[in-house]
Amino acid sequence: MKRYSVFALAREALSYHMGWEKAWASPAPKASYDAVIVGAGGHGLATAYYLGRNHGITNVAIIEKGWLGGGNTGRNTTIIRSNYLQDPSAAIYEKARSLYETMSQDLNYNVMFSPRGVLMLAQTHHEVRGYLRTAHANALQGVVTEFVSPARVKELCPILNIDGPRYPVLGALWQPRGGTARHDAVAWGYARACSAMGMDIIQQCEVKGVRSGGGVVTGVETTKGFIGTKKLGVVVAGHSGQLAEMAGFRLPIEAVALQALVSEPIKPCMDVVVMANTVHGYMSQSDKGEMVIGGGTDGFNNYTQRGSFHHIEETLRALIETFPMISRLKMLRQWGGIVDMTGDRSPIISKTPLGNCFFNCGWGTGGFKAIPGSGWAMADLMAKGEPGPLAAAFGVERFREGRFIDESVAAGVAH
Amino acid sequence: MLILECPYCGVMADETELSPGYEAHLKRFGPGSSDQEFEDYMFARKNPKGVHFERWRHAYGCGKWFLAARDTATLEVFGTYPAQSKAPPMALQDKIRARRPDWKGFA
Repeated sequence: MKRYSVFALAREALSYHMGWEKAWASPAPKASYDAVIVGAGGHGLATAYYLGRNHGITNVAIIEKGWLGGGNTGRNTTIIRSNYLQDPSAAIYEKARSLYETMSQDLNYNVMFSPRGVLMLAQTHHEVRGYLRTAHANALQGVVTEFVSPARVKELCPILNIDGPRYPVLGALWQPRGGTARHDAVAWGYARACSAMGMDIIQQCEVKGVRSGGGVVTGVETTKGFIGTKKLGVVVAGHSGQLAEMAGFRLPIEAVALQALVSEPIKPCMDVVVMANTVHGYMSQSDKGEMVIGGGTDGFNNYTQRGSFHHIEETLRALIETFPMISRLKMLRQWGGIVDMTGDRSPIISKTPLGNCFFNCGWGTGGFKAIPGSGWAMADLMAKGEPGPLAAAFGVERFREGRFIDESVAAGVAH
Repeated sequence: MLILECPYCGVMADETELSPGYEAHLKRFGPGSSDQEFEDYMFARKNPKGVHFERWRHAYGCGKWFLAARDTATLEVFGTYPAQSKAPPMALQDKIRARRPDWKGFA
């Protein structure tokens, strides 16, 4: 892999930029691997990357049904934050956020991480109490957050209407080190780094079955033939239930649609991410000038990657009181992704009833921000066969034991 | 927009008039059951990509719960039936089988 740098840019300019090599190779699958990851989205690629970087396992294939980063990695609102209440969530999301800070350097790929700060508005007294509690919890967890006054909110984001008749802004939980990143670049950067370590990224290859012998996984049947493996990591978000069925068990997961939308591009007007959980909407401005807006999930099982229009209407209606200036903004496009919602709305990074078969799923509506931390914890689990400190609380057995992570990490509310 | 016919009042109800209730025909386990049975009842879900039976409530209409058969991969609605049913009516199952020959059947 040739390093990207300003010198490389200058060197390639001499040959009219015709000499750039492909960022990753697209080989045919080998007969078997030490580890196979199903799903080349952010979480799957990050898992593969940390398997190689942290554990020296590089005889790895990453199998993808569609194209790389074409699922929820390409369909989210790119928000990164770690201001969670419960210790297990705060730990893994803060790990992820801290890895985002150095990701461009680690991967030698500009992921455009922008720590512009995340404001979570408190618009009811209940929320004020909730966020004060979160701020105290975060102080103990080592996550830098602060509860700020309405005046400070107005200062941070002048386009906010803090005196709304129904939902005045009573304060906000401010995480100055949160922000956004370029979602595609995260997938592409990991893919390039994985390919450079000798891993095979196999796109357009759908898994049709999971083969096992003696209670241990032996490989996967795919549209490109059988691929043998010693260890299988399934990181397929919305389709986790399908893969679990192939592997012979059920998961506490339901797949529903979550939508987002962007407006026409306008001049820079807000340089922070604002989340308004009471009215159920969140907004930030992309580098292109579009207002990136997200809301709540649909309420029924759905695999179609499109949601119901009335949710878009509800989200915009809710945001207009808080952001009056968007009332005459035209919306440019809208899309949906299939999110995997668990019983307690927290993710699953876990061993399964099938030996050497591991699942990383259930990130629901909050997966993008977790990508590096999730990959780190999943790689640890796959390499050692037992969960490390980051993944320990996220085992699937918690549903049987009643040991829930009571946090709407992946709830149908704003993320 | 999803439109379901309420089997009680006969109204063709828009999604905005309904509340979703997720998977139907869950077998209820309570006190005295094993941990596994209780977990299955509480959390394990079929979540199929295809034919799905689910609960809906005509929240802004007659207020009653009913059941619906839908395809989660195409959003096609096969039909609705009363919540008191132990299984989908045979006529509805036949209709689904005609539309989806590879459907494994109600289990």
